[in-house]
Amino acid sequence: MAIIKHGNNALANITAFPSAIPTGKPVLLSTATASSSASIEFSSGIDSTYDIYKFEFINMHPATSGAKFTCNASIDNGSNFNVVKTTTFFNAYHGETIASQALQYLAGEDIAQSTGYFNISSGVSNNNDASVSGYFHLFNPSSTTYVKHFISTINLDNANYQQNEFVAGYFNDTNDLTNISFKFSSGNIDAGTIKMYGISA
Amino acid sequence: MSLIKLRNNALDNLTSFEGSASLGDMVLVSSATASSSASIEFDLGSYKEYKFFFVNMHPATDNVDLTFNFSTDNGSNYNVTKTSTFFFAFHNEANTATALNYEANSDLAQSTAFQPLTKSGIGNANDESASGFLHIFNPSSTTYVKHFIGRLNHYVDNNFTLDNFPAGYANTTSALTNIKFQMSSGNIDDGKILMFGLN
Repeated sequence: MAIIKHGNNALANITAFPSAIPTGKPVLLSTATASSSASIEFSSGIDSTYDIYKFEFINMHPATSGAKFTCNASIDNGSNFNVVKTTTFFNAYHGETIASQALQYLAGEDIAQSTGYFNISSGVSNNNDASVSGYFHLFNPSSTTYVKHFISTINLDNANYQQNEFVAGYFNDTNDLTNISFKFSSGNIDAGTIKMYGISA
Repeated sequence: MSLIKLRNNALDNLTSFEGSASLGDMVLVSSATASSSASIEFDLGSYKEYKFFFVNMHPATDNVDLTFNFSTDNGSNYNVTKTSTFFFAFHNEANTATALNYEANSDLAQSTAFQPLTKSGIGNANDESASGFLHIFNPSSTTYVKHFIGRLNHYVDNNFTLDNFPAGYANTTSALTNIKFQMSSGNIDDGKILMFGLN
């Protein structure tokens, strides 16, 4: 049987606007701002309330030049960040002054059934004006049936190269994810803000 | 002074309005949860942009793809002409294969067929599915062709992760009235689609 969903265009005779209407839009759940932070961890709010979680990265600036922005998840309330994952990673890059550009898969940046932190970006400069910005979608993290898909798109500048990077994959685990952690592969998060939104019906 | 643009949805006799209703934001228009469903259809209205989120689309049949098509006649026919591109990245769990490729078998050239949102088949094992999103731009336009941009990740039946990038346009200047999602074969066993409108 097919499901047919009709639009909501018959709003005649409304006497009150249901307070439930805004629940369908993205809800800002948490904001974290780094200040020489080893990591940023979201330890609450990741549950079955929302179907999708969107994380926005705003100017994530590493303390250490060349560090990669990374992510992992926990299934035991943050005691361990070691969920098995398989990912893809590709990017497009273009030099500011050097005639160099490409679209390429980067096999050295992906992981296969690894419990380690996975790369959301390749190496980032720690020049004062350099950082990573972008977003990361996590689907149905509290499912106990499916693996947990994620999709990320970020942009960064590194050594005078513009880089647009695309990562996707899944946490290969049917336990519910309870926590998400972001950090650089080396050194602190010198500065930057991460916003976590929830999206549901 | 800010402008608040209300849609013409017959707001007769409105006596109160919650301040948090957020006109101008992304608004949930509809959602549907599949349960051994042949397809899922939505009406398209006058929002400038629609964003569909797919959450764990799980096929009844192994190794099939999630697809969609449009209607310009209120759902009587799903056969709008489309031209599209499709590229993808994949990586297997065994760490022996990766690729970033254009997929000529999943694009369309002036075809009325359903447009694939995934390629190489979604597995139907219990933990396998596809998730992602699809943007539709200005479907009610009677001037422009209708652009769409998608991105989905799925668990391929032979233990690959695959990142899908379909995009294209419905090559019609008629308003799109409906959109239908279905698997390339068999039912949608499980999965949820959220439909948001943006102005």
